[in-house]
Amino acid sequence: MKALVWEGANELAVRQVPDPQMRNEQDIIVRVRRTVTCGSDLHLLGGYIPFMERGDVLGHEFLGDVVEVGPQVRKHKVGDRVVVCSFVSCGKCWYCQHQQFSLCDNGNTNPMITENVWGAAPGGCYGYSHALGGFAGSHAEYIRVPYADQGAFTVPDEVPRRRVGHQTERGQALVAVGAEPA
Amino acid sequence: MRWLIGGAVVVGGVLVARRLLGGSGRSDEHWQQGPARRRGPQWHVATVNRPASDVAPGGRLPEPLAGLGDAVEVQLRPAAGDRGTEIAVRLRDGARLPVATAARRVTGRDPEQAIRAALRESKQLIETSEVLHPDYPPTTEPTPMNKPLRMATQQGRREGRL
Repeated sequence: MKALVWEGANELAVRQVPDPQMRNEQDIIVRVRRTVTCGSDLHLLGGYIPFMERGDVLGHEFLGDVVEVGPQVRKHKVGDRVVVCSFVSCGKCWYCQHQQFSLCDNGNTNPMITENVWGAAPGGCYGYSHALGGFAGSHAEYIRVPYADQGAFTVPDEVPRRRVGHQTERGQALVAVGAEPA
Repeated sequence: MRWLIGGAVVVGGVLVARRLLGGSGRSDEHWQQGPARRRGPQWHVATVNRPASDVAPGGRLPEPLAGLGDAVEVQLRPAAGDRGTEIAVRLRDGARLPVATAARRVTGRDPEQAIRAALRESKQLIETSEVLHPDYPPTTEPTPMNKPLRMATQQGRREGRL
């Protein structure tokens, strides 16, 4: 598939990269229909977060269609249109149960990096460096979404795709419906 | 800008190397004990957001911890602040010189690292019923600049969160 990848400080490129694969039973694969650039992507783009590798796919705010569903996913089916929270959170740990999803204990597959550098590990985040799990981002044709029942939310059919915006506050996805992007 | 990133990568590499060579204990322990002294077995603790009856139903520990067998001592106790259950694990014969520990870590045969990995996997299995895997296949490619990061990532997936 095609993806927008980080090649180095202030260097981006559209490259062919491997398609994402299902890795856990609570995963879904989403075909990305809308993906936006967040201001925090500039930190990565400029090289201020030194945990990027050449070829990392950027993007963590997106909307798309479900094309593959893991056997433990209960809330989604193939064809659903979903908007996905930027942070990978399990919904089961103490932090998630207290709605502090960006601090999820289980969503970051590289917790040791941030434990050493920041003193504690946050959850994982799509397209936001290997310090936050190394998950591929949404500036791509497809993306893997772990813990899909927790982090993906179905968008009603009556809402036009172009009228769905995306914002994330403290690890919670907010869907703005209304104003159409220019 | 390249020199800035290069410097940051080197600093990051040094931090990780210091952590790896210094063992998994807190840095102030080195100050108190001295780096060359033989250290006693260290407790590794993970807090699981479940009651003890879910952590070890019928006294059976989750598979990653049970797999460590009699080589480790395990304690369960209520976590502070009503946060579930603490699982504490240590080697029964864990006293080793730091240099021996560092050598084992570098070669990937550190039993303390195995404990940390087992604790982390057990916590995930109890709370979410599966161990979260990183994306595969990767979209990245190895370069001289990201070699330290790749080494750190390899280590970070084996432990952390303790």
